[in-house]
Amino acid sequence: MSAREAILGKLRGAVGGAGDQTRREAVEKRLGKPPRGLIPARGQVEGEERLALFCRMAEAVVATVERVGSADDVPGAVTHYLRSKNLAPSVRMGDDRRLKRMDWAAQKSLEVKHGRAHREDEVGVSHAFAGVAETGTVALLSGKENPTTVNFLPDHHIIVVNAKDIAGDLETVISRMRRKFGKGEMPRLLNLITGPSRSGDIEQTMLLGAHGPRALHLIVVDG
Amino acid sequence: MEVESPKFKEKARRAIADEQLQRAMGKARIGFVGKRKKAVEALPEFEELRSSARAIKDHTLAHLDLYLEAYERKVIASGGQVHWAETAEDARRAVLAICRAAGARTVTKGKSMITEEIALNDFLEEEGIQPVETDLGEYIIQLRGEHPSHIIGPALHLNKEQVEEDFRRVHTALPAGRDLSQPESLLGEAREILRPQYFAADVGITGANFLIAETGTSIIVTNEGNGDLTQTLPRVHIVVASIEKIVPTLEDASQLLRVLARSATGQDMSVYTTLSTGPRRPGDPDGPEEYHVILLDNGRSSMLGTEFHEMLRCIRCGACMNHCPVYHAVGGHAYGWVYPGPMGAVLTPSLVGVDKAGHLPNASTFCGRCESVCPMQIPLPRMMRHWREREFERGLNPATQRFGLGLWAFFARRPRLYRLATALTIPVLAGLAGSRGRFRSLPLAGGWTRHRDLPAPETRTFMQQWRDRETRKQERSAA
Repeated sequence: MSAREAILGKLRGAVGGAGDQTRREAVEKRLGKPPRGLIPARGQVEGEERLALFCRMAEAVVATVERVGSADDVPGAVTHYLRSKNLAPSVRMGDDRRLKRMDWAAQKSLEVKHGRAHREDEVGVSHAFAGVAETGTVALLSGKENPTTVNFLPDHHIIVVNAKDIAGDLETVISRMRRKFGKGEMPRLLNLITGPSRSGDIEQTMLLGAHGPRALHLIVVDG
Repeated sequence: MEVESPKFKEKARRAIADEQLQRAMGKARIGFVGKRKKAVEALPEFEELRSSARAIKDHTLAHLDLYLEAYERKVIASGGQVHWAETAEDARRAVLAICRAAGARTVTKGKSMITEEIALNDFLEEEGIQPVETDLGEYIIQLRGEHPSHIIGPALHLNKEQVEEDFRRVHTALPAGRDLSQPESLLGEAREILRPQYFAADVGITGANFLIAETGTSIIVTNEGNGDLTQTLPRVHIVVASIEKIVPTLEDASQLLRVLARSATGQDMSVYTTLSTGPRRPGDPDGPEEYHVILLDNGRSSMLGTEFHEMLRCIRCGACMNHCPVYHAVGGHAYGWVYPGPMGAVLTPSLVGVDKAGHLPNASTFCGRCESVCPMQIPLPRMMRHWREREFERGLNPATQRFGLGLWAFFARRPRLYRLATALTIPVLAGLAGSRGRFRSLPLAGGWTRHRDLPAPETRTFMQQWRDRETRKQERSAA
């Protein structure tokens, strides 16, 4: 008997038996139509109130947040961020169409490198799939549009998120993902990021910049 | 890892006398408790979410075989591979086979208690493969040749001066005169040292906080980002997870995430919650080419349907130990195996046997704080009592303890004799104690009086006092 059969056999012996048909139906039902569960009231706000909550929650976890009027303002905001942190004018990003449509060439002397991140990259720019106001979280999907390495290797991570993609709760983002990828299907990675990297492993003192980015800058695009 | 739980008493005594440990535990006592309280108070629905989380796991456990099958189908459909392992040895062998096939010389590891449970690091080293722990706390204790003393804060038992000493001892290529007096500089140094390791590793191994049946997804929840670098940069990603990590759907995972970080570190969300489904896809510029999941039983199926069934709801947040007066006093190493604190006192006897771990469920004051903070509402004190009963039934307690309990039971079952005996003994004890009303020492009670005084009984028994009271009441109403 294989290990698989042995384990499943023991589990069936403990919880299965005569009611197996009912159990199967219960499982199919839950997987077929996932119950939404209990959603806290905190994120259940609309419009400007929801955006303000998103910004407040993100700042509470030590991300910095900046709001711009349109996508055209993003390259300028990125340049400004680099200058304010005294960083070399170079960023790494994937092939995201929303990012590509922006006029990066107008930023004189800013180098934009495309593709996955490498060790020497100091600043990464990604476009988020969605935001979650309840916790100040951004959701990123893997792929050539926004390579995963850009999320973790550079010291500074700049994430662009459209205001209209900021949901109240994670459940709404999950529903959107199901619509995008199909039921039961997922991108290879869904990264939910809430603030910059940190560790409390030495005497429980929370310190920023453990292994991932030391700083997380969110650019919220209105409109 | 060798089970040292039989030496609990000796280890606890040493821990209480260890000044470094007591200094570190003093900080731990305050930190976690206050942070959790603040986070919980900021979410009015927290108690309801606990019940919701509990219901999800109860449902999952009642259908565990079916959800595991559904999960396996989805992993395979997304290009991953599933390896079932009944025992720790099977899991180690499965990991080794994958590493060998990948020609691995070094593996990086994200923080994982399950790989501690199967003692993976020692095994890989013996087989000539170098495991590198990348979580800061795990990295520190790996340098020290120790095991985690807490399930989410592995180096909780250490002070920063001890970490500095270890870094100076091991990182000899760095200038001796560098300043490592602050935690920031220690963190920075670990980051610099570990960065190239992620790129050099052939295989990355992580645990999983949850596995999702609906999509074949594994989730890791971290703050540092080390788990993500571990699973993204090497060619092969291995997830080691035990079978009870399954939840049915993405929404179910979301419910559990709402109680996990709040209970653990007092965060609303940990920094990185990563949902992984299968290996690199066509067109992906990064990510592992192979994705393996080792599904480990190692004794859990034998808990299902027993009085320890509910322990399988545990999501390893650590709140029970953060709030445990016994854990605070002795630290995690005294428990002698992988899982310390109240959850360890219930789980360890289940996984390694009550004959070896019988001391752990006895090391409890039954104050009930663990159950009251457990996000999954696990009745930990009740289960510790079950272990005490089993220990007694199997005759594992010392002869003196059994004799004492037998003696008490003899009198307790004979009320008249019991009353007579107490009526005779109590005035004697009260008299001996004198006006101080307590004993500094007493024959046969040295275990108690060595550390504190024993209060002397009142001069009359409860039954006598009650009888007098009732008599007086009747006299008053008659008058």
